[in-house]
Amino acid sequence: MPDAPGLELIRGQIEQDHPGAVLDSGFEHGRASLAIDPAHVLPVLSWLRDAPGQGYRFLSSLHAADYLPAEPRFAVHYELLNRDRVERLRVKALLADPGENELPEIDSCVSLFPTADFQEREAFDFFGIVFKGHPDLTRILLPEDYVGWPQRRDFPVGGEPVTFTYNERAYG
Amino acid sequence: MAELAEDRTTEAMTVNIGPHHPATHGVLRLVVDLEGEVVRDLRPVIGYVHTGIEKSCEEKSYWKVIPFVERMDYVSYFFQMEAFCGAVERLIELEIPPRAKYLRTIFLELNRIHSHLVWLGTTALDLGAISMLWYCFRERDRILDLFEMAAGQRMHTRYFQVGGVIEDIPLGFERKLREFIRDMPVRVGQYQALLDRNEVFLSRTKGTGIVSRERLLELGVTGPLLRAAGEPWDLRKAFDYLAYPEMDFKVPVGTVGDNYDRYRVRVAEMVESTRIVEQALDGLPEGPFIADDRKYVLPPRSELSTSMESLIHHFKLVTEGYRVGPGEIYYAIESPRGELGCFVLADGSAKPARVHFRDPSFVNLQAFRDMSLDGYVADMIVSLGMLDPILGGVDR
Repeated sequence: MPDAPGLELIRGQIEQDHPGAVLDSGFEHGRASLAIDPAHVLPVLSWLRDAPGQGYRFLSSLHAADYLPAEPRFAVHYELLNRDRVERLRVKALLADPGENELPEIDSCVSLFPTADFQEREAFDFFGIVFKGHPDLTRILLPEDYVGWPQRRDFPVGGEPVTFTYNERAYG
Repeated sequence: MAELAEDRTTEAMTVNIGPHHPATHGVLRLVVDLEGEVVRDLRPVIGYVHTGIEKSCEEKSYWKVIPFVERMDYVSYFFQMEAFCGAVERLIELEIPPRAKYLRTIFLELNRIHSHLVWLGTTALDLGAISMLWYCFRERDRILDLFEMAAGQRMHTRYFQVGGVIEDIPLGFERKLREFIRDMPVRVGQYQALLDRNEVFLSRTKGTGIVSRERLLELGVTGPLLRAAGEPWDLRKAFDYLAYPEMDFKVPVGTVGDNYDRYRVRVAEMVESTRIVEQALDGLPEGPFIADDRKYVLPPRSELSTSMESLIHHFKLVTEGYRVGPGEIYYAIESPRGELGCFVLADGSAKPARVHFRDPSFVNLQAFRDMSLDGYVADMIVSLGMLDPILGGVDR
């Protein structure tokens, strides 16, 4: 991972071109992370991928997290990897909850990292985060007609009725 | 393939393969557009064994999560355990003793051999070589015997704990393991003798399913698939975890990146893993097998009847579990299928707020379309076997 001055350098250079893009930067358990504004996610990721001296060309993992009750509530994590220098960098796009019946939105990075295809669909499937510009944003692991976003923290566990004949007999 | 494209004597048709086709290695459904026998488009449909493990983990205290995550990728369960335990150890900044590091390395590499044996047996079976299945499962059984000896379970052992391993290896384990180490390279040689000059096997694997190294990297493919395309990328070499920095082993790579290279890389990896097991067993340090931190690790059983304090620690750990301070971590290890990452988000309570696994099968499956396009259906089945997805890991 980049060292502390390296991370500040990255932050400074991003802020030169995109003021307000980086919200926070820091180390946690020895891992560097950048918290960014979701509006700037594509420029930041493409800069980290393509700018000379950066070269975070490999997206190890893309996943979402729900920080309820914190605000902004959601985050999409991009675990970037520079394979030449063996450095990991976490980019965290913080997304606010837009409220009832609306879904948080962020730009899809499939054009930059084709590997994000399945993983963005998974984040959509479980957290209801809409990735704008994704070629086929449908549910991937859950059935297509499923209602709800089950990995949000306020979604209860269990309680799904299953239609076995025993259940029908016992409970009508 | 080119002359086939020009001769369009056959009609395009969409065929549904799976979810319950023996060659899909699990409940994977493939919607394939065919032109005659040639695959023109392909869409994997997954989710048939989704059981919500990640969600269930949020309801369990940290030590109860371990048996849950093992059941994701049910062939490489030690790796899931290591990914989760390692992530939690890094969150609570708990150093594990050297003996635990070595023991974990031994079991991880045995599990890698086990996983590759299951892969080799079932994939060779797809190609009609049924005897390979029996030979591979014979050796696999010896590994499972070793697991049973150390952990009491043949699969889903729950052997790794946060802080180390649950028990030391028993008497007689070393002798059995040494016998296995002695035999395994010979057995691998026998597999190669059976397959490497088998005309059917060669003609079905050579030159099929080629995807370029650049494309694989774009698609996030890791593990033997990437190494078969000539990229020597292995997290065991790149990152410092467990006892791997002290081990001397090679990273086998392929040249062309076809199905034959994938087979060669995995078979060579089995030999390298045997070497790692041997070195780890030779260098196995004396000392405790689990960290001595009563806040996170159960006290030894013998103390419970004499020490009140131990009893209290034991009670606290078993009922509530330990709390992990707020924080998040992504910890990745090299599983038999590639980069297995575990993301743990802790909110300060005794239960994780989120456990996410970056499963290599899930990500690698995206390369399947590229591997199969414009090839025969029969080659697609070979490519799927060589891709080696475990659907329990894909669907979680």
